[in-house]
Amino acid sequence: METGFDVERIRKDFPALSRELPGGRPLVYLDSANSSQKPTQVIETMREHFTTHYANVGRAMHVLGAESTEAYEGARDKVAAFVGAPSRDEIVFTKNASEALNLVAYAFGNPAGDDPRFRIGPGDEVVISEMEHHSNIVPWQLLAQRTGVTLRWFSVTDEGRLDLSNLDELVTERTKIVSIAHQSNVLGTVNPVDRVVARAREVGALTMLDASQSVPHRPVDVTELGVDFLAFTGHKAVGPSGIGVLWARGELLEAMPPFLGGGEMIEAVWMDHSTYAPAPHKFEAGTPPIVEAIGLGAALDYLSAVGLDAVAQHERELTGYALEALREIEGLRVIGPENLDERGGVVSFTLEGIHPHDVGQILDDNFGVAVRVGHHCARPLHLRFGIPATTRASFYLYNTPAEIDALVRGLHHVRKVFA
Amino acid sequence: MIAESMYQELILEHYKHPQGRGLRDPYDSEVHHVNPTCGDEITMRVKLGDGGKVEDVSYDGQGCSISQAAASVLYELATGSTVEDSLAVVEEFTRLMQSRGQVEADEDVLGDAVAFAGVAKFPARVKCALLAWMAYKDAVVRSTE
Ligand SMILES: Cc1ncc(COP(=O)(O)O)c(C=O)c1O
Repeated sequence: METGFDVERIRKDFPALSRELPGGRPLVYLDSANSSQKPTQVIETMREHFTTHYANVGRAMHVLGAESTEAYEGARDKVAAFVGAPSRDEIVFTKNASEALNLVAYAFGNPAGDDPRFRIGPGDEVVISEMEHHSNIVPWQLLAQRTGVTLRWFSVTDEGRLDLSNLDELVTERTKIVSIAHQSNVLGTVNPVDRVVARAREVGALTMLDASQSVPHRPVDVTELGVDFLAFTGHKAVGPSGIGVLWARGELLEAMPPFLGGGEMIEAVWMDHSTYAPAPHKFEAGTPPIVEAIGLGAALDYLSAVGLDAVAQHERELTGYALEALREIEGLRVIGPENLDERGGVVSFTLEGIHPHDVGQILDDNFGVAVRVGHHCARPLHLRFGIPATTRASFYLYNTPAEIDALVRGLHHVRKVFA
Repeated sequence: MIAESMYQELILEHYKHPQGRGLRDPYDSEVHHVNPTCGDEITMRVKLGDGGKVEDVSYDGQGCSISQAAASVLYELATGSTVEDSLAVVEEFTRLMQSRGQVEADEDVLGDAVAFAGVAKFPARVKCALLAWMAYKDAVVRSTE
Protein backbone atom coordinates (compact mmCIF):
# COMPACT_ATOMS: atom_id res chain seq x y z
CA MET A 1 0.00 0.00 0.00
CA GLU A 2 1.38 3.37 -1.05
CA THR A 3 0.75 6.20 1.39
CA GLY A 4 1.47 9.67 0.17
CA PHE A 5 3.76 10.61 3.03
CA ASP A 6 6.37 9.27 5.40
CA VAL A 7 4.43 7.67 8.22
CA GLU A 8 7.58 6.31 9.88
CA ARG A 9 8.97 9.81 10.20
CA ILE A 10 5.67 11.02 11.63
CA ARG A 11 5.60 8.17 14.15
CA LYS A 12 8.95 9.35 15.52
CA ASP A 13 7.27 12.63 16.50
CA PHE A 14 4.88 10.80 18.83
CA PRO A 15 6.87 9.38 21.75
CA ALA A 16 3.98 7.34 23.18
CA LEU A 17 3.78 5.25 20.03
CA SER A 18 7.15 3.64 20.66
CA ARG A 19 6.56 2.76 24.31
CA GLU A 20 6.25 -0.83 25.41
CA LEU A 21 3.25 -2.22 27.22
CA PRO A 22 3.60 -4.50 30.26
CA GLY A 23 5.03 -7.81 29.12
CA GLY A 24 7.03 -6.14 26.34
CA ARG A 25 4.22 -5.92 23.82
CA PRO A 26 4.38 -2.99 21.40
CA LEU A 27 1.49 -0.53 21.45
CA VAL A 28 -0.94 -0.53 18.55
CA TYR A 29 -2.96 2.63 19.13
CA LEU A 30 -6.24 2.54 17.21
CA ASP A 31 -8.23 4.87 19.48
CA SER A 32 -7.51 8.35 18.14
CA ALA A 33 -11.18 9.16 17.61
CA ASN A 34 -11.40 8.95 21.39
CA SER A 35 -8.27 11.00 21.96
CA SER A 36 -5.12 11.32 19.89
CA GLN A 37 -1.50 10.97 20.94
CA LYS A 38 0.68 14.12 21.12
CA PRO A 39 3.78 14.99 19.11
CA THR A 40 6.98 16.24 20.71
CA GLN A 41 6.36 19.63 19.08
CA VAL A 42 3.23 20.13 21.22
CA ILE A 43 4.76 18.72 24.40
CA GLU A 44 7.84 20.93 23.99
CA THR A 45 5.86 24.09 23.20
CA MET A 46 3.86 23.63 26.39
CA ARG A 47 6.94 22.80 28.45
CA GLU A 48 8.71 25.84 27.05
CA HIS A 49 5.80 28.10 27.95
CA PHE A 50 5.59 26.78 31.50
CA THR A 51 9.35 27.02 31.87
CA THR A 52 9.95 30.53 30.56
CA HIS A 53 6.89 32.59 29.73
CA TYR A 54 4.12 31.61 32.09
CA ALA A 55 1.91 34.25 33.71
CA ASN A 56 -1.80 35.03 33.59
CA VAL A 57 -3.13 36.55 30.39
CA GLY A 58 -4.83 39.84 29.66
CA ARG A 59 -4.34 41.45 33.05
CA ALA A 60 -0.66 41.38 34.01
CA MET A 61 1.44 44.49 33.34
CA HIS A 62 4.82 42.81 33.18
CA VAL A 63 7.07 40.97 30.74
CA LEU A 64 5.81 37.49 31.50
CA GLY A 65 2.20 38.66 31.34
CA ALA A 66 2.83 40.22 27.96
CA GLU A 67 4.59 37.13 26.62
CA SER A 68 1.90 34.83 27.91
CA THR A 69 -0.87 36.99 26.45
CA GLU A 70 0.91 37.18 23.13
CA ALA A 71 1.27 33.39 22.96
CA TYR A 72 -2.33 32.79 24.03
CA GLU A 73 -3.74 35.29 21.54
CA GLY A 74 -1.31 33.94 18.95
CA ALA A 75 -2.96 30.54 19.39
CA ARG A 76 -6.29 32.18 18.59
CA ASP A 77 -4.84 33.48 15.33
CA LYS A 78 -3.68 29.97 14.47
CA VAL A 79 -7.07 28.45 15.15
CA ALA A 80 -8.78 31.14 13.09
CA ALA A 81 -6.49 30.50 10.15
CA PHE A 82 -6.84 26.72 10.52
CA VAL A 83 -10.62 26.75 10.15
CA GLY A 84 -10.80 29.66 7.73
CA ALA A 85 -12.53 32.03 10.14
CA PRO A 86 -12.97 35.53 8.65
CA SER A 87 -11.91 37.09 11.96
CA ARG A 88 -9.83 36.01 14.96
CA ASP A 89 -12.51 37.48 17.21
CA GLU A 90 -14.83 34.71 16.12
CA ILE A 91 -12.74 32.09 17.93
CA VAL A 92 -13.88 31.41 21.49
CA PHE A 93 -11.70 29.12 23.60
CA THR A 94 -13.68 26.64 25.66
CA LYS A 95 -12.77 23.61 27.74
CA ASN A 96 -13.76 21.14 25.01
CA ALA A 97 -16.34 20.57 22.29
CA SER A 98 -19.00 19.76 24.86
CA GLU A 99 -18.66 23.18 26.45
CA ALA A 100 -18.81 24.86 23.05
CA LEU A 101 -22.06 23.07 22.26
CA ASN A 102 -23.50 23.94 25.66
CA LEU A 103 -22.48 27.57 25.24
CA VAL A 104 -24.60 27.84 22.11
CA ALA A 105 -27.52 25.92 23.61
CA TYR A 106 -27.54 28.26 26.61
CA ALA A 107 -27.77 31.28 24.33
CA PHE A 108 -31.31 30.22 23.41
CA GLY A 109 -34.23 31.21 25.59
CA ASN A 110 -31.89 33.14 27.84
CA PRO A 111 -33.56 36.19 29.43
CA ALA A 112 -30.16 37.96 29.40
CA GLY A 113 -30.35 38.15 25.61
CA ASP A 114 -32.92 39.84 23.41
CA ASP A 115 -32.08 38.84 19.84
CA PRO A 116 -35.15 37.21 18.23
CA ARG A 117 -33.05 34.44 16.66
CA PHE A 118 -32.31 33.14 20.14
CA ARG A 119 -35.82 33.55 21.52
CA ILE A 120 -37.27 30.10 21.93
CA GLY A 121 -40.26 28.36 23.46
CA PRO A 122 -43.08 25.88 22.95
CA GLY A 123 -43.88 25.54 19.24
CA ASP A 124 -40.27 26.14 18.23
CA GLU A 125 -38.03 23.28 17.18
CA VAL A 126 -34.40 22.19 17.32
CA VAL A 127 -33.23 19.54 14.86
CA ILE A 128 -30.39 17.10 15.56
CA SER A 129 -29.70 13.57 14.31
CA GLU A 130 -29.67 9.99 15.54
CA MET A 131 -25.93 9.76 14.94
CA GLU A 132 -24.99 12.51 17.39
CA HIS A 133 -22.52 12.20 20.23
CA HIS A 134 -24.21 12.76 23.60
CA SER A 135 -22.48 16.17 23.66
CA ASN A 136 -24.71 17.24 20.78
CA ILE A 137 -27.85 15.67 22.27
CA VAL A 138 -27.99 16.37 25.99
CA PRO A 139 -27.46 20.18 25.80
CA TRP A 140 -30.49 20.37 23.49
CA GLN A 141 -32.55 18.08 25.72
CA LEU A 142 -31.74 20.37 28.62
CA LEU A 143 -32.75 23.36 26.49
CA ALA A 144 -36.04 21.60 25.74
CA GLN A 145 -36.62 21.12 29.47
CA ARG A 146 -35.86 24.75 30.19
CA THR A 147 -37.90 26.27 27.40
CA GLY A 148 -40.42 23.75 26.05
CA VAL A 149 -38.85 23.73 22.59
CA THR A 150 -39.38 20.46 20.67
CA LEU A 151 -36.39 18.31 19.77
CA ARG A 152 -36.58 16.63 16.36
CA TRP A 153 -34.23 14.09 14.81
CA PHE A 154 -32.86 13.20 11.41
CA SER A 155 -32.87 9.40 11.04
CA VAL A 156 -29.90 7.35 9.96
CA THR A 157 -30.17 4.91 7.04
CA ASP A 158 -29.23 1.24 7.31
CA GLU A 159 -25.99 2.09 5.53
CA GLY A 160 -25.18 4.64 8.22
CA ARG A 161 -25.89 7.80 6.25
CA LEU A 162 -27.91 10.79 7.37
CA ASP A 163 -31.44 10.29 6.03
CA LEU A 164 -32.36 13.54 4.32
CA SER A 165 -35.46 12.17 2.58
CA ASN A 166 -37.66 14.21 4.95
CA LEU A 167 -35.34 17.22 5.16
CA ASP A 168 -38.11 19.63 4.17
CA GLU A 169 -40.55 18.25 6.74
CA LEU A 170 -37.99 18.27 9.54
CA VAL A 171 -36.42 21.65 8.94
CA THR A 172 -39.23 24.19 8.73
CA GLU A 173 -40.15 27.74 9.69
CA ARG A 174 -40.47 26.43 13.26
CA THR A 175 -36.79 25.38 13.35
CA LYS A 176 -34.52 27.67 15.36
CA ILE A 177 -31.30 25.70 14.89
CA VAL A 178 -30.06 22.53 13.21
CA SER A 179 -27.07 20.99 14.97
CA ILE A 180 -25.38 17.93 13.49
CA ALA A 181 -22.05 16.15 13.42
CA HIS A 182 -19.77 16.93 10.51
CA GLN A 183 -18.33 13.41 10.80
CA SER A 184 -19.82 10.65 12.95
CA ASN A 185 -17.55 9.32 15.69
CA VAL A 186 -19.08 5.84 15.28
CA LEU A 187 -20.03 5.43 11.63
CA GLY A 188 -17.29 7.53 10.09
CA THR A 189 -19.92 9.11 7.87
CA VAL A 190 -19.21 12.62 6.65
CA ASN A 191 -22.52 14.43 6.43
CA PRO A 192 -23.76 16.49 3.45
CA VAL A 193 -23.60 19.83 5.21
CA ASP A 194 -24.41 21.83 2.08
CA ARG A 195 -27.91 20.39 1.68
CA VAL A 196 -28.76 20.92 5.35
CA VAL A 197 -27.40 24.47 5.33
CA ALA A 198 -29.30 25.33 2.15
CA ARG A 199 -32.59 24.18 3.68
CA ALA A 200 -31.90 25.88 7.02
CA ARG A 201 -31.21 29.17 5.23
CA GLU A 202 -34.45 28.84 3.29
CA VAL A 203 -36.42 28.73 6.52
CA GLY A 204 -34.25 31.13 8.52
CA ALA A 205 -32.82 28.57 10.94
CA LEU A 206 -29.29 28.70 12.34
CA THR A 207 -26.86 25.81 11.80
CA MET A 208 -24.22 24.30 14.04
CA LEU A 209 -21.63 21.65 13.20
CA ASP A 210 -20.05 19.36 15.72
CA ALA A 211 -16.70 19.14 13.95
CA SER A 212 -14.90 17.20 16.69
CA GLN A 213 -14.18 14.35 14.28
CA SER A 214 -13.58 16.37 11.13
CA VAL A 215 -11.33 19.31 12.00
CA PRO A 216 -8.46 17.01 13.11
CA HIS A 217 -8.66 14.87 9.98
CA ARG A 218 -9.51 16.89 6.87
CA PRO A 219 -9.38 20.47 5.68
CA VAL A 220 -12.34 22.34 7.19
CA ASP A 221 -13.25 25.87 6.18
CA VAL A 222 -16.11 27.50 8.04
CA THR A 223 -16.77 30.02 5.30
CA GLU A 224 -17.01 27.35 2.63
CA LEU A 225 -19.31 25.24 4.82
CA GLY A 226 -21.63 28.20 5.32
CA VAL A 227 -22.65 27.20 8.86
CA ASP A 228 -23.25 29.60 11.74
CA PHE A 229 -21.46 27.73 14.55
CA LEU A 230 -18.76 25.09 14.65
CA ALA A 231 -17.29 23.25 17.64
CA PHE A 232 -14.23 21.06 18.01
CA THR A 233 -11.94 19.79 20.73
CA GLY A 234 -8.16 20.01 21.06
CA HIS A 235 -7.32 16.58 22.41
CA LYS A 236 -8.49 14.77 19.28
CA ALA A 237 -6.31 17.00 17.09
CA VAL A 238 -2.89 16.04 18.55
CA GLY A 239 -3.37 18.87 21.06
CA PRO A 240 -3.83 18.74 24.82
CA SER A 241 -7.06 18.06 26.67
CA GLY A 242 -8.74 20.95 28.49
CA ILE A 243 -9.06 23.14 25.41
CA GLY A 244 -11.81 23.32 22.82
CA VAL A 245 -13.04 25.82 20.29
CA LEU A 246 -16.29 27.47 19.38
CA TRP A 247 -16.28 29.34 16.12
CA ALA A 248 -19.34 31.48 15.44
CA ARG A 249 -20.15 34.24 12.99
CA GLY A 250 -19.08 37.45 14.68
CA GLU A 251 -22.44 39.07 14.41
CA LEU A 252 -24.03 36.14 16.27
CA LEU A 253 -21.47 36.28 19.06
CA GLU A 254 -22.38 39.96 19.48
CA ALA A 255 -26.06 39.07 19.69
CA MET A 256 -25.63 36.23 22.17
CA PRO A 257 -25.74 36.70 25.94
CA PRO A 258 -22.66 35.62 27.91
CA PHE A 259 -22.45 32.01 29.04
CA LEU A 260 -20.42 32.07 32.26
CA GLY A 261 -19.84 35.22 34.26
CA GLY A 262 -16.58 36.20 35.90
CA GLY A 263 -13.29 37.99 35.44
CA GLU A 264 -12.08 38.98 31.98
CA MET A 265 -15.51 38.77 30.38
CA ILE A 266 -16.68 42.19 31.54
CA GLU A 267 -16.32 45.74 30.39
CA ALA A 268 -17.51 47.33 33.62
CA VAL A 269 -19.24 46.05 36.74
CA TRP A 270 -21.57 48.02 38.96
CA MET A 271 -23.50 46.68 41.93
CA ASP A 272 -26.75 46.46 39.98
CA HIS A 273 -25.51 45.41 36.53
CA SER A 274 -22.51 44.77 34.30
CA THR A 275 -21.55 45.41 30.73
CA TYR A 276 -19.57 42.88 28.81
CA ALA A 277 -16.34 42.75 26.88
CA PRO A 278 -16.68 42.26 23.14
CA ALA A 279 -16.43 38.71 21.78
CA PRO A 280 -14.51 36.49 22.13
CA HIS A 281 -13.66 37.64 25.67
CA LYS A 282 -17.33 37.94 26.58
CA PHE A 283 -17.40 34.14 26.51
CA GLU A 284 -14.12 33.47 28.29
CA ALA A 285 -14.86 34.07 31.96
CA GLY A 286 -12.02 33.53 34.39
CA THR A 287 -8.44 32.46 33.77
CA PRO A 288 -8.52 30.36 30.62
CA PRO A 289 -6.58 27.16 29.94
CA ILE A 290 -3.60 29.26 28.85
CA VAL A 291 -0.95 26.65 28.14
CA GLU A 292 -3.52 24.28 26.67
CA ALA A 293 -4.56 26.92 24.15
CA ILE A 294 -0.92 27.48 23.25
CA GLY A 295 -0.49 23.71 22.94
CA LEU A 296 -3.45 23.59 20.60
CA GLY A 297 -1.83 26.28 18.47
CA ALA A 298 1.29 24.11 18.22
CA ALA A 299 -0.85 21.09 17.37
CA LEU A 300 -2.53 22.90 14.50
CA ASP A 301 0.88 24.12 13.28
CA TYR A 302 2.00 20.49 13.30
CA LEU A 303 -1.03 19.29 11.34
CA SER A 304 -0.68 22.16 8.87
CA ALA A 305 2.97 21.33 8.28
CA VAL A 306 2.07 17.73 7.47
CA GLY A 307 -0.88 18.97 5.43
CA LEU A 308 -4.52 18.12 6.06
CA ASP A 309 -4.99 16.84 2.54
CA ALA A 310 -2.17 14.37 3.09
CA VAL A 311 -3.61 13.34 6.47
CA ALA A 312 -7.02 12.75 4.91
CA GLN A 313 -5.50 10.78 2.04
CA HIS A 314 -3.46 8.60 4.40
CA GLU A 315 -6.50 7.86 6.54
CA ARG A 316 -8.52 7.09 3.46
CA GLU A 317 -6.00 4.49 2.38
CA LEU A 318 -5.90 2.97 5.86
CA THR A 319 -9.70 2.86 6.02
CA GLY A 320 -9.94 1.15 2.64
CA TYR A 321 -7.32 -1.36 3.74
CA ALA A 322 -9.16 -2.00 7.03
CA LEU A 323 -12.61 -2.39 5.47
CA GLU A 324 -11.13 -4.92 3.05
CA ALA A 325 -9.17 -6.81 5.72
CA LEU A 326 -12.11 -6.99 8.13
CA ARG A 327 -14.23 -8.69 5.47
CA GLU A 328 -12.28 -11.89 5.97
CA ILE A 329 -13.43 -12.20 9.60
CA GLU A 330 -16.45 -14.40 9.97
CA GLY A 331 -19.40 -12.92 11.82
CA LEU A 332 -18.05 -9.37 11.63
CA ARG A 333 -20.55 -6.68 10.73
CA VAL A 334 -19.43 -3.13 10.02
CA ILE A 335 -21.78 -0.47 11.42
CA GLY A 336 -21.41 2.36 8.93
CA PRO A 337 -20.63 2.80 5.25
CA GLU A 338 -18.59 -0.01 3.71
CA ASN A 339 -17.26 2.16 0.91
CA LEU A 340 -14.99 5.18 1.06
CA ASP A 341 -17.42 7.81 -0.22
CA GLU A 342 -17.73 10.69 2.24
CA ARG A 343 -16.27 8.59 5.00
CA GLY A 344 -13.54 9.12 7.57
CA GLY A 345 -11.15 6.81 9.39
CA VAL A 346 -13.26 5.17 12.07
CA VAL A 347 -14.57 1.64 11.65
CA SER A 348 -17.08 0.28 14.17
CA PHE A 349 -18.23 -3.31 14.09
CA THR A 350 -19.87 -6.16 15.95
CA LEU A 351 -18.64 -9.75 16.12
CA GLU A 352 -21.48 -12.21 16.19
CA GLY A 353 -22.03 -13.71 19.63
CA ILE A 354 -19.11 -11.88 21.24
CA HIS A 355 -19.53 -8.82 23.41
CA PRO A 356 -17.34 -5.80 22.52
CA HIS A 357 -15.92 -5.72 26.05
CA ASP A 358 -14.54 -9.18 25.57
CA VAL A 359 -13.19 -8.18 22.16
CA GLY A 360 -11.48 -5.09 23.55
CA GLN A 361 -9.99 -6.90 26.52
CA ILE A 362 -8.41 -9.67 24.46
CA LEU A 363 -7.13 -7.22 21.83
CA ASP A 364 -5.50 -5.14 24.55
CA ASP A 365 -4.08 -7.88 26.72
CA ASN A 366 -2.86 -10.27 24.06
CA PHE A 367 -2.00 -7.98 21.19
CA GLY A 368 -1.48 -4.50 22.66
CA VAL A 369 -4.20 -3.25 20.32
CA ALA A 370 -6.02 -0.30 21.89
CA VAL A 371 -9.53 0.17 20.52
CA ARG A 372 -12.67 1.60 22.08
CA VAL A 373 -15.60 -0.58 23.05
CA GLY A 374 -19.07 0.44 24.19
CA HIS A 375 -21.58 2.90 22.80
CA HIS A 376 -18.97 5.63 22.25
CA CYS A 377 -21.27 8.28 23.77
CA ALA A 378 -23.76 7.66 20.97
CA ARG A 379 -26.39 5.51 22.60
CA PRO A 380 -29.35 6.55 20.41
CA LEU A 381 -27.33 5.51 17.35
CA HIS A 382 -26.66 2.07 18.82
CA LEU A 383 -30.34 1.73 19.72
CA ARG A 384 -31.12 2.62 16.10
CA PHE A 385 -29.06 -0.37 14.98
CA GLY A 386 -30.49 -2.59 17.72
CA ILE A 387 -27.14 -3.24 19.37
CA PRO A 388 -25.89 -2.32 22.84
CA ALA A 389 -22.30 -1.66 21.86
CA THR A 390 -19.65 -1.88 19.16
CA THR A 391 -15.89 -2.22 18.90
CA ARG A 392 -14.33 0.79 17.18
CA ALA A 393 -10.94 1.07 15.52
CA SER A 394 -9.98 4.61 14.56
CA PHE A 395 -7.04 5.76 12.48
CA TYR A 396 -4.90 8.86 12.36
CA LEU A 397 -1.87 10.18 10.57
CA TYR A 398 0.52 7.96 12.54
CA ASN A 399 -1.19 4.60 11.95
CA THR A 400 0.09 1.96 9.55
CA PRO A 401 -1.33 -0.99 7.60
CA ALA A 402 0.78 -3.28 9.83
CA GLU A 403 -1.28 -2.07 12.79
CA ILE A 404 -4.46 -3.02 10.98
CA ASP A 405 -2.93 -6.44 10.35
CA ALA A 406 -2.37 -6.73 14.12
CA LEU A 407 -6.02 -5.86 14.70
CA VAL A 408 -7.13 -8.53 12.26
CA ARG A 409 -4.83 -11.15 13.85
CA GLY A 410 -6.27 -10.19 17.23
CA LEU A 411 -9.83 -10.54 16.02
CA HIS A 412 -9.15 -14.01 14.67
CA HIS A 413 -7.84 -14.94 18.09
CA VAL A 414 -10.88 -13.42 19.83
CA ARG A 415 -13.08 -15.63 17.70
CA LYS A 416 -11.02 -18.67 18.66
CA VAL A 417 -11.36 -17.95 22.40
CA PHE A 418 -15.12 -17.51 22.26
CA ALA A 419 -15.98 -19.96 19.47
CA MET B 1 -1.35 -12.67 28.15
CA ILE B 2 -2.99 -11.23 31.23
CA ALA B 3 -6.57 -11.45 30.12
CA GLU B 4 -6.57 -15.09 29.31
CA SER B 5 -6.17 -15.77 33.01
CA MET B 6 -9.40 -13.83 33.46
CA TYR B 7 -11.20 -15.88 30.84
CA GLN B 8 -11.07 -19.15 32.77
CA GLU B 9 -12.39 -22.24 31.01
CA LEU B 10 -15.22 -22.39 33.51
CA ILE B 11 -16.28 -18.83 32.72
CA LEU B 12 -16.25 -19.48 28.98
CA GLU B 13 -18.22 -22.70 29.54
CA HIS B 14 -20.94 -20.85 31.46
CA TYR B 15 -20.98 -18.09 28.86
CA LYS B 16 -21.43 -20.50 25.99
CA HIS B 17 -23.90 -22.70 27.88
CA PRO B 18 -25.70 -20.54 30.42
CA GLN B 19 -27.52 -22.44 33.17
CA GLY B 20 -31.04 -21.55 34.25
CA ARG B 21 -31.39 -18.70 31.78
CA GLY B 22 -34.87 -17.40 30.88
CA LEU B 23 -37.53 -15.79 33.06
CA ARG B 24 -39.88 -18.22 34.81
CA ASP B 25 -43.13 -18.14 36.81
CA PRO B 26 -44.00 -18.14 39.62
CA TYR B 27 -41.84 -15.57 41.33
CA ASP B 28 -41.96 -13.35 44.41
CA SER B 29 -39.99 -10.41 43.09
CA GLU B 30 -38.42 -9.16 39.91
CA VAL B 31 -35.63 -6.61 39.55
CA HIS B 32 -33.87 -5.00 36.63
CA HIS B 33 -30.28 -3.85 37.02
CA VAL B 34 -28.07 -2.11 34.50
CA ASN B 35 -24.42 -1.20 34.31
CA PRO B 36 -24.59 2.32 32.88
CA THR B 37 -20.96 2.40 31.81
CA CYS B 38 -21.28 -0.53 29.43
CA GLY B 39 -25.00 -1.07 28.96
CA ASP B 40 -25.00 -4.60 30.38
CA GLU B 41 -28.37 -5.42 31.86
CA ILE B 42 -30.15 -8.17 33.69
CA THR B 43 -33.70 -8.91 34.75
CA MET B 44 -33.86 -11.31 37.66
CA ARG B 45 -36.70 -13.13 39.42
CA VAL B 46 -36.54 -14.93 42.73
CA LYS B 47 -39.00 -17.50 44.12
CA LEU B 48 -38.60 -18.34 47.79
CA GLY B 49 -40.11 -21.38 49.54
CA ASP B 50 -40.64 -22.54 53.08
CA GLY B 51 -37.81 -22.31 55.58
CA GLY B 52 -35.92 -19.68 53.64
CA LYS B 53 -35.35 -22.03 50.72
CA VAL B 54 -34.50 -20.52 47.34
CA GLU B 55 -36.78 -22.41 44.96
CA ASP B 56 -35.85 -20.67 41.73
CA VAL B 57 -33.66 -17.90 40.37
CA SER B 58 -34.47 -17.02 36.80
CA TYR B 59 -32.93 -14.30 34.70
CA ASP B 60 -32.52 -12.81 31.29
CA GLY B 61 -30.17 -10.14 30.07
CA GLN B 62 -27.39 -9.21 27.77
CA GLY B 63 -23.79 -8.34 28.23
CA CYS B 64 -20.22 -9.50 28.11
CA SER B 65 -18.99 -13.01 28.90
CA ILE B 66 -18.11 -12.05 32.46
CA SER B 67 -21.54 -10.65 33.31
CA GLN B 68 -23.40 -13.50 31.64
CA ALA B 69 -21.26 -16.26 33.11
CA ALA B 70 -21.57 -14.70 36.57
CA ALA B 71 -25.36 -14.92 36.31
CA SER B 72 -25.17 -18.57 35.28
CA VAL B 73 -22.84 -19.48 38.17
CA LEU B 74 -25.05 -17.59 40.58
CA TYR B 75 -28.08 -19.55 39.39
CA GLU B 76 -26.30 -22.81 40.13
CA LEU B 77 -25.13 -21.73 43.55
CA ALA B 78 -28.35 -20.13 44.76
CA THR B 79 -31.08 -22.42 43.47
CA GLY B 80 -31.85 -25.10 46.02
CA SER B 81 -29.80 -23.30 48.65
CA THR B 82 -31.19 -21.10 51.41
CA VAL B 83 -31.45 -17.33 51.55
CA GLU B 84 -28.96 -17.24 54.39
CA ASP B 85 -26.35 -19.48 52.75
CA SER B 86 -26.67 -17.86 49.34
CA LEU B 87 -26.30 -14.34 50.78
CA ALA B 88 -23.14 -15.51 52.55
CA VAL B 89 -21.78 -16.53 49.15
CA VAL B 90 -22.81 -13.18 47.68
CA GLU B 91 -20.94 -11.45 50.47
CA GLU B 92 -17.77 -13.47 49.93
CA PHE B 93 -18.00 -12.98 46.16
CA THR B 94 -18.40 -9.22 46.60
CA ARG B 95 -15.41 -9.14 48.97
CA LEU B 96 -13.31 -11.02 46.42
CA MET B 97 -14.34 -8.76 43.54
CA GLN B 98 -13.58 -5.59 45.48
CA SER B 99 -10.21 -6.84 46.67
CA ARG B 100 -8.24 -5.68 43.57
CA GLY B 101 -6.74 -9.15 43.59
CA GLN B 102 -5.33 -8.72 47.11
CA VAL B 103 -7.31 -11.44 48.96
CA GLU B 104 -7.32 -15.20 48.59
CA ALA B 105 -10.62 -16.60 47.39
CA ASP B 106 -12.36 -18.95 49.83
CA GLU B 107 -13.17 -21.87 47.60
CA ASP B 108 -15.19 -23.65 50.28
CA VAL B 109 -17.67 -20.78 50.32
CA LEU B 110 -17.50 -19.78 46.65
CA GLY B 111 -17.47 -23.07 44.79
CA ASP B 112 -17.37 -22.46 41.03
CA ALA B 113 -17.52 -18.72 41.58
CA VAL B 114 -13.86 -18.89 42.54
CA ALA B 115 -13.12 -18.88 38.80
CA PHE B 116 -13.83 -15.14 38.80
CA ALA B 117 -10.88 -14.37 41.07
CA GLY B 118 -8.86 -13.12 38.08
CA VAL B 119 -11.53 -10.52 37.24
CA ALA B 120 -10.76 -8.64 40.48
CA LYS B 121 -7.53 -7.40 38.89
CA PHE B 122 -9.50 -5.57 36.19
CA PRO B 123 -11.36 -2.71 37.89
CA ALA B 124 -13.32 -1.99 34.71
CA ARG B 125 -14.75 -5.50 34.70
CA VAL B 126 -15.60 -5.95 38.38
CA LYS B 127 -18.98 -4.34 37.83
CA CYS B 128 -19.69 -6.87 35.07
CA ALA B 129 -19.05 -9.77 37.44
CA LEU B 130 -21.14 -8.20 40.21
CA LEU B 131 -24.18 -7.20 38.12
CA ALA B 132 -26.18 -10.42 38.54
CA TRP B 133 -25.09 -10.90 42.14
CA MET B 134 -26.23 -7.43 43.17
CA ALA B 135 -29.49 -7.99 41.34
CA TYR B 136 -29.95 -11.25 43.25
CA LYS B 137 -29.32 -9.59 46.59
CA ASP B 138 -31.82 -6.88 45.72
CA ALA B 139 -34.43 -9.41 44.59
CA VAL B 140 -34.06 -11.47 47.76
CA VAL B 141 -34.50 -8.39 49.94
CA ARG B 142 -37.66 -7.48 48.06
CA SER B 143 -38.98 -11.05 48.31
CA THR B 144 -38.64 -11.13 52.07
CA GLU B 145 -40.05 -7.65 52.66
C1 LIG C 1 -18.50 13.76 17.53
C2 LIG C 1 -18.06 14.17 18.89
N1 LIG C 1 -18.63 15.24 19.47
C3 LIG C 1 -18.25 15.67 20.67
C4 LIG C 1 -17.26 15.04 21.39
C5 LIG C 1 -16.93 15.55 22.75
O1 LIG C 1 -15.64 16.01 22.87
P1 LIG C 1 -15.17 16.51 24.30
O2 LIG C 1 -15.34 15.32 25.20
O3 LIG C 1 -13.75 16.87 24.14
O4 LIG C 1 -16.04 17.62 24.69
C6 LIG C 1 -16.65 13.92 20.83
C7 LIG C 1 -15.59 13.17 21.53
O5 LIG C 1 -15.72 12.56 22.56
C8 LIG C 1 -17.06 13.48 19.56
O6 LIG C 1 -16.51 12.40 18.99
